[in-house]
Amino acid sequence: MRKNLNVIAAYSIMMGLIILVGIFQSWNIALSIFNLCLISAVMTMGANIQWGYAGLINFGIMGFTALGGLAAVLISVNPVQEAWSAGGFNILFSLLLIIAMVLTVRYILKNYKKSKNRTYIVAAIIILGIVIIRFISEPGIEAIEGVDPAKTGFLGGLGLPIIFSWVVGAFFAGGLAFVIGKVALGLRADYLAIATLLISEIVIAIIKHEDWLTRGVKNVIGLKRPAPYEVNLQQTDWFISLVEKFNSSKLNLITDLTERQATLNQLVIEGSSVFVKLCYSGLFLVVVIILLILTQKALYSPWGRMMRAIRDNEEAANAMGKNVVKQHLLIFVLGSAIVGIAGAMLVTQDGLFTPGSYRPLRYTFLIWVMVIIGGSGNNFGAILGGFVVWFLWIEAAPIGLYLVNLITAELDDAHFLKVHLIESVPYFRFLMMGVGLLVIMRYRPKGILPEKIEIK
Amino acid sequence: MDFVNAIVLLLNYIFVPALAYGSQLALGAIFVTLIYGILRFANFATGDMMSFGTMFVILFTFYFQSVGISLGVLPTALLAIPFGIIFMVGYMLAIDKLVFKYYRTNKSPPVQLAMVSIGVMFVTQAVVRIIIGPSDRRFFDGEKFLIKAGEFKEMTGLNEGLAIKSTQVITIIVTLILVSTLFWFLNKTKTGKSMRAYSDNEDLALLSGIDPKKIVMITWVIAGILATIGGALYGLDKSFKPFTYFNNMLPIFAAAIVGGIGNPFGAFLGGYVIAFSEILLTYAYRKFFMYVLPESMEPDGLIQLLSTDYKFAVSFSILVIVLLYRPSGIFKGKVL
Repeated sequence: MRKNLNVIAAYSIMMGLIILVGIFQSWNIALSIFNLCLISAVMTMGANIQWGYAGLINFGIMGFTALGGLAAVLISVNPVQEAWSAGGFNILFSLLLIIAMVLTVRYILKNYKKSKNRTYIVAAIIILGIVIIRFISEPGIEAIEGVDPAKTGFLGGLGLPIIFSWVVGAFFAGGLAFVIGKVALGLRADYLAIATLLISEIVIAIIKHEDWLTRGVKNVIGLKRPAPYEVNLQQTDWFISLVEKFNSSKLNLITDLTERQATLNQLVIEGSSVFVKLCYSGLFLVVVIILLILTQKALYSPWGRMMRAIRDNEEAANAMGKNVVKQHLLIFVLGSAIVGIAGAMLVTQDGLFTPGSYRPLRYTFLIWVMVIIGGSGNNFGAILGGFVVWFLWIEAAPIGLYLVNLITAELDDAHFLKVHLIESVPYFRFLMMGVGLLVIMRYRPKGILPEKIEIK
Repeated sequence: MDFVNAIVLLLNYIFVPALAYGSQLALGAIFVTLIYGILRFANFATGDMMSFGTMFVILFTFYFQSVGISLGVLPTALLAIPFGIIFMVGYMLAIDKLVFKYYRTNKSPPVQLAMVSIGVMFVTQAVVRIIIGPSDRRFFDGEKFLIKAGEFKEMTGLNEGLAIKSTQVITIIVTLILVSTLFWFLNKTKTGKSMRAYSDNEDLALLSGIDPKKIVMITWVIAGILATIGGALYGLDKSFKPFTYFNNMLPIFAAAIVGGIGNPFGAFLGGYVIAFSEILLTYAYRKFFMYVLPESMEPDGLIQLLSTDYKFAVSFSILVIVLLYRPSGIFKGKVL
C-alpha cells in the first residue's frame, strides 16, 4: 500500500480536478473531458508499450488512430446496395489482383536468387499490375462515387454494431503496423521516428482522398451508437422518474405544478446527455481496465523482462539468444493495435468520422507528450499522463485567460496588447504543453510516475 | 512549333515551379542536415523555427512599409531578412543555452534530444501564433512577374505562355548564392573544416584542439540564417501560415534523408529530387501529349499518374523506398 501511495495520490488529485470542473463548469464538460482522457489513456498505453517497454519510437500514432476510425465506419455503416451493384465487382476484382500481385512478387523473391534480372522482373510486374488495377478500378470508383454523392457516394460498411469495430480497428492498425514494421524496424531510432511520421501522413492522404471507401473529406456522420440517444431517453418513463428521484429535494421546493414540470423537463434534458456520456465512460473504463490488467501482466511476465532486456541492451539480449527483430515487430504490432482500438473508440464517441481532422500535432505529438510527462515504462504513469495532459489541453484556454487578465490587470480594457493577448488565448495550450514537456524532461526525465521494476 | 509549345508548357508548369519549390526545400533540408550532423539529433522543430524567423521578416517588412522604405521593384522583405536573421539567431542561441546544452553536455542519446525538440516545437508554435496569429499572411510587394504569360506569347508567337514570377527567380538566385557560400565556407575556411571534422568524429576533433562550443554556436548561427531565408522565400513565393510551415517539415525531412542525412550537398540535391518528383508525378500530361502526338492519337484522359491530392504522399513514398534500399541516402550520409 505504502509504495503505491504516490500513484493513489496522483490519481486522486486528477479525479478531484475533474470533479471540480463538474462542480464549477458543468458535469457535461467534466464528463466529456473524462471520456477523452480515457481514450487518450488507451492511446498512451499503446505508445507506452512501444516506447516504454521496448524503446521503439512510433511517430505514426495518427495513422493508426485514423485506421481505427475507418474500422468504425466500415463496420457500422449500412452497406450502400446501389454502390455495390454499380462498382463493387471492379473493386473486388482489383483487390484480388492486388493480392495476386503481392503473392507473385513474394514468390519470385523467395524462389529466385538475387540478380539484376529479378529486380527488373519484379519492377515490371509491379508497374504492370498498377496500370491494370487502375484500368479496372477507375470505372468502378467513378460509378461508386456517382451514387447519390450528397448522401453516400461510397461503398458503406457492414451494418454491424459499432462496438465490433473496436476489435476490427485493432486488427487494421496491427496489420498496417506489421507491414511498416517489416519495412522500417531495421532503421535507427530517429530514422524510424521520421519514417513512421511520414507513413502516417500517407495513410491520412489515402483516407482523405479515396472517396469510394471512406467518403473522404465529405465526412461520414450519424454513425450508430452503442449508447441510447438523448431524444429517446427524454421520452422514457424510467429515466424521467430516475431524474425525478435524483433531484427530489430540489423539485419539492417548487410548489407550482407547471413550474415544477418545466424544471423537471430541463433537468431531464440535461440529465439525458450526462447519462449518455456516463454510458460511454462505462464502456471506455472497461476497455482501459482490461488493457491495464493485460499490460501489467505482460510487464511483469518473463516476456516483459525480455523486452526490457532488449530495450536496455540490444546486443546483449541478442547474444543471449533472444530474437530482437521478431520481438520488436511483435511489440510494434501490439502497441499499434491498442492505438487502433483508441481510434475506433474516438469515432464511436463522436459519432462521426472526419478524415480532415487528423493532424500530427494532436494525434501524434500530443500523445507523446502524454507518455513522457506521465512516465514511460509505467502503465499507471502513461495513463496519468493521458489524463493530466488532456485536462490541461482543454482547460488551458480558461487558465490562460485568467493569467492574461491577471498580468494585464493594470492595462485599459481596450489596450491593443490586452486585446491581442486575449485573442490568442487558445494558443496558450501549445505553450503549456511545450514548457511542461521541457520541464519534465529536464528535471524529472522519467515522468511524474517513474518506471519501477520490482525484482521478486 | 508544336514541339516548342510542349517544351514551354513543361517549363511553365513543371520546371520553373519545381525549381523554386526545390530551392526552398533545399534550404530547409540543409538546416536539418547541419543540426543532425553536428548536434546529432533530428530536429522536429524545423518547420516552426522557419516560421519563427519568417515572422520577424514579416514584422520588419510591415514596419518598413509603414515608414515608407521600399526596394522598388524588389520585395521589401529582402531588406527585412537581415533583421529577421538577427532575431532568429538570438532565439536559436537562447534555446540552445536554455534547452539543448544540458542534454549535449550530458551526452544524452539522440532520441532524447529529438523528444526535447518536440517541446521546443510546441513552444515555438505557441510564440509564433501568439505574436502574429495563425492566419494567412501575404507580405509580398514590388513587381510580381518577371515575364507575364501574355507578353511571352506576343513576344514569341507561341500558343503556350511562360510566366515567371519574380519570387521564383529571387528564390533560385538567393539559394544559389547562399548554398555556394556555405559550401565554400565548409570546404575552404578553417572554421568550416573544423565543423566537418567535428561532425565526422567528435572525439578526434576534440583531441586536435577544436573548440566544441564555438562549433555549436556557429552551427546555430548558420542554421538560423538558412531557416530564416528559406522560410522567408517560401512565404514570399506562396504565403505565410504557421500551420503550413509545420507541415513543410515533412517534405524537408524527406529531402534531407533522401540526400543522405548529415550531408549538406545531398540535402541540397534532395530538395530538388523531392520537388521534381512531387510535381512530375502529379502533373496532368494531357496537353503535353496533345502537342507532341499526332491528332489521331490524342489521349482522352488527363494522363495523370497520381491525383494532386497525393502530392505529399509521393515524396514520402520516395523516402520509404530510399530508406529501404539505401538507408544512407542517395549520397552517402553522415559525413559533413
